[in-house]
Amino acid sequence: MSQSPAFQRRSGFSFLLTDTGGKWLLGIILVAIIFVPVLNLYVPKDSFFHVPTFMVSLLGKYLTFALLALSVDLIWGYCGILSLGHGAFFALGGYAMGMYMMRQIGARGVYGNAELPDFMVFLNWKELPWYWYGFDSFSFAMLMVVLVPGILAFVFGWFAFRSRVSGVYLSIITQALTYAMMLAFFRNDMGFGGNNGLTDFKDILGFNIHTDGMRVTLFMLSALAVAFGYVLCRYIVSSKLGRVLVAIRDAESRTRFLGYRVEYYQLFVFTVSAMLAGIAGALYVPQVGIINPSEFLPANSIEIVIWVAIGGRGSLYGAVLGGVLVNYAKSYLTGAFPEIWLYALGGLFIFSTIFLPKGIIGSVASFSVKRAGGVSLTGFFHRISNHMRQNLKGA
Amino acid sequence: MRVTPEVTSISQTPKYHDTILYLDAVSVSFDGFKALNNLSFFVNKGELRAIIGPNGAGKTTMMDVVTGKTRPDQGQILFDGITDLTRFDETRIANMGIGRKFQKPTVFENQTVFDNLELALSGSRDVIKSLLFKLRGEQQDRIDEVLGIIALSDEYQTAAGNLSHGQKQWLEIGMLLMQEPELLLVDEPAAGMTDAETEQTAILLKKIAGDHSVVVVEHDMEFVKSLESRVTVLHEGSVLAEGSLDKVQNDEQVIDVYLGR
Repeated sequence: MSQSPAFQRRSGFSFLLTDTGGKWLLGIILVAIIFVPVLNLYVPKDSFFHVPTFMVSLLGKYLTFALLALSVDLIWGYCGILSLGHGAFFALGGYAMGMYMMRQIGARGVYGNAELPDFMVFLNWKELPWYWYGFDSFSFAMLMVVLVPGILAFVFGWFAFRSRVSGVYLSIITQALTYAMMLAFFRNDMGFGGNNGLTDFKDILGFNIHTDGMRVTLFMLSALAVAFGYVLCRYIVSSKLGRVLVAIRDAESRTRFLGYRVEYYQLFVFTVSAMLAGIAGALYVPQVGIINPSEFLPANSIEIVIWVAIGGRGSLYGAVLGGVLVNYAKSYLTGAFPEIWLYALGGLFIFSTIFLPKGIIGSVASFSVKRAGGVSLTGFFHRISNHMRQNLKGA
Repeated sequence: MRVTPEVTSISQTPKYHDTILYLDAVSVSFDGFKALNNLSFFVNKGELRAIIGPNGAGKTTMMDVVTGKTRPDQGQILFDGITDLTRFDETRIANMGIGRKFQKPTVFENQTVFDNLELALSGSRDVIKSLLFKLRGEQQDRIDEVLGIIALSDEYQTAAGNLSHGQKQWLEIGMLLMQEPELLLVDEPAAGMTDAETEQTAILLKKIAGDHSVVVVEHDMEFVKSLESRVTVLHEGSVLAEGSLDKVQNDEQVIDVYLGR
């Protein structure tokens, strides 16, 4: 009987050592954390190598999208939960951050009210609503960034997973969730700035967010958050819990008959994912300077799924790649050819579904496997020419 | 002569706490169709029992009600003589020690043979514990042992989806063994197997019985014969006959049902 060596596979951080894609990703992030700040802050502005500040913030924004894509890949790629409402958790994290920054404005607002944000003064409100209490504290606000999306995901998931709602039905109710949130946040009397949302932010912990140094700091934090999110997700999916998730994705009822409480596993991973999305939202808002209810748009949440599909579902680094690449394409196309962006996005999605069913990452992997296996391009032409020769003989 | 099943069961089990599985007047209907009709029978501890019957006799439905997939309209199902299974769901029932092999082999196709067995390994099913789980030496040994029993030692790193049909059936039986259940419900284990594999499967099931109780649903009469076990014949959701294979094969009613007279 051959001894299976699998018992050595998990100890400490060994889950990262075997993960080539992950090592590349973390390496690139490390390089970006070192070089982008240097190229922005210490290279003269007229130099070819200077990275302008707007570019730093743009990259930072892509990284928050990458983290959001990562959170979706964790549940969709590994547990088969297709959430079409993950933008809601992203936006909630963003609103928590926005509320903190609104309180930081203090008396420097248009109306000079130290206690109330401008939009509340405008609405003639006399005092701060109870749910704004505590958001003047940075640590409390950061706690809310993960807790609010986490609790919403937990409560929503509790009902959905316990009732065994899955597949397309779950996708539909996640859409309904984010749509309902959007309608609620649009209302002025919700107390989150209604239509206009929260904006005119000035500083975080007393540091002016418009300075180059702060822009670079936010970029670095976003990069670190992606690295942290990646390591956390990789840790989860390479544990036995991760293998249970894949089991649930592939054969849910079989997993139940093995004695696993499927709904607890789904609930765990859904909640973790929502918290990651919340962190992404909180880093996104100071870099774009605004959060408003359009972030809850169902179309936004669908877009996240497209990033993951294009990058490569179920690999984690594929999601990061998809999040960055698709959004880079979006920035470029909406600038160069604004009217074709939606068609391009739709086309990309159709293209990747038909021609790259495993996304960019999956296709690269299978290409290199083929090469390693000796099936080369020349071999391919060889077979074609043989085939043609035989056909000619027949004629 | 047709004997009322309840009378047979109860008269033959003065002490039902010796039974591992005890079905008492269980009925299930789907849209008016009675899949199980006052079904009563019992299986003793350590027994190997074959259940046969024509299509639609209620064999798979019987497994569904025992494992909690379907809730019966009426009746009681006692596990180990004390626990009424009709009050629990699949997960709880699985954790009580009832393992099930499906008719269509259901393994985790994208995971390796080793991972499939590890997932089935008996032990805590807690979420956090599985996040921190580390395979201990004796658990590793147990997996290696089962890999040997199901003849997949060389395939332990193969994705389960790449196994042959027969190997998948065996892997699923191996997963049952990893669960260390008291009672195994095995639905058509020999379907799609070669003759040699079928023979091996019969030997394996006979080996498992004794330590465990095993209920096998099967169509293949040759296979049932090789199990050399007591046979229960189901028909239209209740027990038609019970006894040795020879006895039930010579039963007038069984012949009528099978030949459709």
